[in-house]
Parts: sequence; structure tokens; C-alpha cells
Amino acid sequence: MNKTVNQKAWFFVIPVFVLVAFNAIIPLMTVVNYAFQETFGNNVFMWEGTRWFKQIMLSERFHASLGRQFLFTFIILFIQIPLGIAIALTMPKEGLGVPVCLVLMSMPLLIPWNVVGAMWNIFALPDIGFLGHSLNALGFDYNFTQQIGDAWFTTILMDVWHWTSLVVLLSYAGLRSIQPAYYQAAEIDGASRWAVFTKIELPKMKKVLTIAILLRFMDSFMIYTEPFVLTGGGPGNATAFLSIDLVKMALGQFDLGPAAAMSLIYFFIVLLVCWVFYTLMMRNEGKS
Amino acid sequence: MRKAKWLVPTIYIIFLMLPIYWLLNMSFKTTTEIINTYTLWPQEFTLENYKKIFTDSTWYNGYLNSIYYVVMNTVISVAAALPAAYAFSRYKFVGDKHLFFWLLTNRMAPPAVFALPFFQFYSSVNLFDTHVAVALSHCLFNIPLAVWILEGFMSSVPKELDETAYVDGYSFWRFFFKIFIPTITAGIGITMFFCFMFSWVELLLAKTLTAVAAKPIAATMTRTASTSGYELGLLAAAGSLTIIPGAIVIYFVRNYIAKGFALGRV
Repeated sequence: MNKTVNQKAWFFVIPVFVLVAFNAIIPLMTVVNYAFQETFGNNVFMWEGTRWFKQIMLSERFHASLGRQFLFTFIILFIQIPLGIAIALTMPKEGLGVPVCLVLMSMPLLIPWNVVGAMWNIFALPDIGFLGHSLNALGFDYNFTQQIGDAWFTTILMDVWHWTSLVVLLSYAGLRSIQPAYYQAAEIDGASRWAVFTKIELPKMKKVLTIAILLRFMDSFMIYTEPFVLTGGGPGNATAFLSIDLVKMALGQFDLGPAAAMSLIYFFIVLLVCWVFYTLMMRNEGKS
Repeated sequence: MRKAKWLVPTIYIIFLMLPIYWLLNMSFKTTTEIINTYTLWPQEFTLENYKKIFTDSTWYNGYLNSIYYVVMNTVISVAAALPAAYAFSRYKFVGDKHLFFWLLTNRMAPPAVFALPFFQFYSSVNLFDTHVAVALSHCLFNIPLAVWILEGFMSSVPKELDETAYVDGYSFWRFFFKIFIPTITAGIGITMFFCFMFSWVELLLAKTLTAVAAKPIAATMTRTASTSGYELGLLAAAGSLTIIPGAIVIYFVRNYIAKGFALGRV
């Protein structure tokens, strides 16, 4: 759409700008403030320069949690995106099935995150949980509170359960926007199902899929509550992702300086990845 | 092929429902039954857990608090985002692209980063432990999201609609409320759905910013889990009840989900 230049449009944006700035800029400045200083309470601060940044960048603990975070995010994207597309493709397109599917599939999205964690905890307990009990009955030695592999498996399964529906909803919306004429043309040309998918459906879904990947990346990268309730970051530190580690450092040990420095590094990583995504998305938009 | 097609969504839905069923199952059991036996459905069906929640004020106040700040946040977010999204979809102005990206960065900010400064900031302006504090803090991620979604819906409305209205002698605000907003009801429905969803499910900030008066239900549950032993039945009942508001919201927007998404950011 060709937009007209109108500087007065800023007046429309002001409420949003004020509300978000109130929440974002002031707290962010506090974090920056802590990141460069040492404090012993009572509002006494000492300038530390970049010491905390160096300390965090070189700490093995940070490398380990960052590594776990990337691995986790990569795995869930790798499962959720294709699975979401597959489910959206097979969903009914009309009739009573549509609202039934949409309503039931949206359910996990609207459950508070700590309830998701608690629910999966109860579900996966080796003795009284359905999942844990069934797996053990089938002969697997499953215990997510003690074995690292099981803890990862449960956390990933929980996230797939929790968020795949978002990808489904978005992909489904993308599919619905395709005009029937495209399918008719494909049928006349005798296109295979695979060709219809790669040549018509996938390009049409490109934009929603970018949004889905972006949202899933951001949210899985800041995941906190669900694994915290499910595994508490354990066994050991096996599922202590970045946010869990950060909260432990800031509120548990009260190492405000390093925690603030870590917050900023953490935020910059998310920002960088999202900026790349966003630029790619906007460039595609310009082309089409 | 035709027969197998419904199989994938069906299996997926069963997978989604299993943990929810398990939670419901637990909520109707007595503590002794939960701890001592493994049963697929409650042997001694009990409503004790629910009774406790509906009679104990710390429990039911948790629900009221949560609903209160979530509704407040949804209204603030959508009201503020409507004009902003209109500006982004219709006009070019200095810094529009940068502003849009800056808004999005706040959607990307991990709440864990903001937990401590939020606590200090809201305490210093005497808003700690109020519903307003939680509602405002959730604007951090809900306003950017609302602007983003609404902008998509508004961009799909042809600009000729605006121009025709002006030719017909409509003032801007009359056009905005009488013509434009009714045109994008579906988009507003979807946006409210998302704002409600993200505010309802968020716990970290809500927990950090409240102590007693505005404590959300999710935080009440965390406390129960840690202090009064491990009352799984009660916890399961409280968890089951948190699903209800979400289910109601989905029911209301069910037609919009189907149609609305398709009009939206596609």
C-alpha cells in the first residue's frame, strides 16, 4: 500500500510510545546502571567499568547455559514448525470440524505457564503420572527428575505440547488465504500433491511462517516458568536455560552486577537474531 | 488418503488432551488416593479440592485478581494500539520504521531481565502490589503485539475506504469509530484474544509485582506447592480452574479465529 507522508501521525503513536517507554526505558536504565557498578546495598555504588561483562563473557557457566538455550530453541523449532504445517494441512477446511479443531487446539495456549509446568510434572511423574507410569510399564527406565536425557525429553515434549498449536493456527490462516482458483489451476495442470505444496502453499505461507518462527524463537529463548516448575533447572543444571540461570544469579545469589551484565548480553543476542529475521522478512515484503 | 487425513489432527488433539485429562483426573481424587495408587480415573470421586478453593478467600481472590488485571491490560493495550496501528498502516512519518522495530524489541525482551528493575521501579512510584502495576507492566509485551497484529489487519483494508468516507464528508474520528473499527472487528477480536492470552499466562512479572492485595492465582499455587506440603489434588483443582477463563475466551472468538486469522498478517 502506498502510504502518504504525514508527520501528525506521531500523535496517534504517542500513547503507545509513552506506555512502552515507561515500562522499557526506565527499567532498562536500571539494568545498565547495575551492569557497570558494584553495590553493597544502601545505595552505595562503585564504578566497575566493563569488569562484569568480561567476567560473564569468559564464564563457563554462561557458555553452558547459552549452549543449552540454543540447543533447546533449535530442537523445538525443528519439531514444531514442520509438525505445525503438517497439522494445518490435514485440518478440515469446512464444516463443524473447523471450530472444534481450532478451539481444542488453542487450549494449551491459554493455560498459565506455571500450570503447564505443574500439569506436566504431575503427568510425567514416574510413579503416579500417566506418561511416566506408561513409559516405565513399557520397559523404559524413565525418571525425569534424575536422568538428564529424560529431563530434556520431557521439557521438549512439554514445549511441543504447549506451542505447536500457535504454528498450526498461523499456518492454517495462511492456507485459508489461498484462492480456490490456484488449486483448480494446479488440478488442470495435473500437479502432484508435493508440487502443490512447494509451489503454491509454501510460498503463500511464507509470511505467516516467518512470524511463527520469530515468535517461537523469541518465546523459547526466554522460557522460564515451565521448565522452572517442571524440573527446577535440574537434574543438576541440565535444564537451566538462560532465564533460569539469570534469575538464580540475580534474585538467588543477589549478584546484581554480573546478573545485569548477563541480562544485557542476553537481550543483545535475542535482539540480534530477531533483527536478522525482521530484516529478511521486510525485504521479502518489499519484493512481493 | 482421504480417510487418513483426519487422523493427524485427531492424534494431535488426543496428545493435547491427555495432560489436561490427567490434571482433571487428579483434581477429583483424594490426597491418599493420589499418593498411594495409580488409577486412570478417580476411585473415590471427591469435590473437596474444589470446595476448598471456592470457600477460601486467598484462593478465590487469586482468580479475581488475575481476571481483573488481565481485563485491564487488554483494554489498555487495544485502546492504545488502535490509533498507533492506524498510523503505521496509513502514514509515513519520521522514524516510523525505527519506532516499529523498537516496539517489537520490547516483545523480545526476556521478562527475567526486567523482573528486578520492575520491582524497584514500581515500588518507587508506590504502585507495588496493585492491579494497575501488573496491567501496566504487561503492556511491555502486549502493546507491541497488539500494534503488530492490528497493523496487519488494517493494511488489508483498502485505502479507498478512508478516501470515500472523507469525500462523503465524514470527519476523521467519525470515520474511525463509525466505519473503520466495525470493518476490522475480526482483527480487534484476534488482538484481544492474544492480549488476554499473554497477560493471563504470564507469571514472572505478575508474581514479582504483587504481594498480597493483587496476587494472581498462579502465584497462590506456587506458594501452596512450597509451603503446605505437596497437596497435589488441590494444586490440580486450582490448575483445572485456570483453564476455564481461557476456554471461555476461545469460545467467544472461535468464529474470528477461523476468519480473522486469514485476514490478518497474511
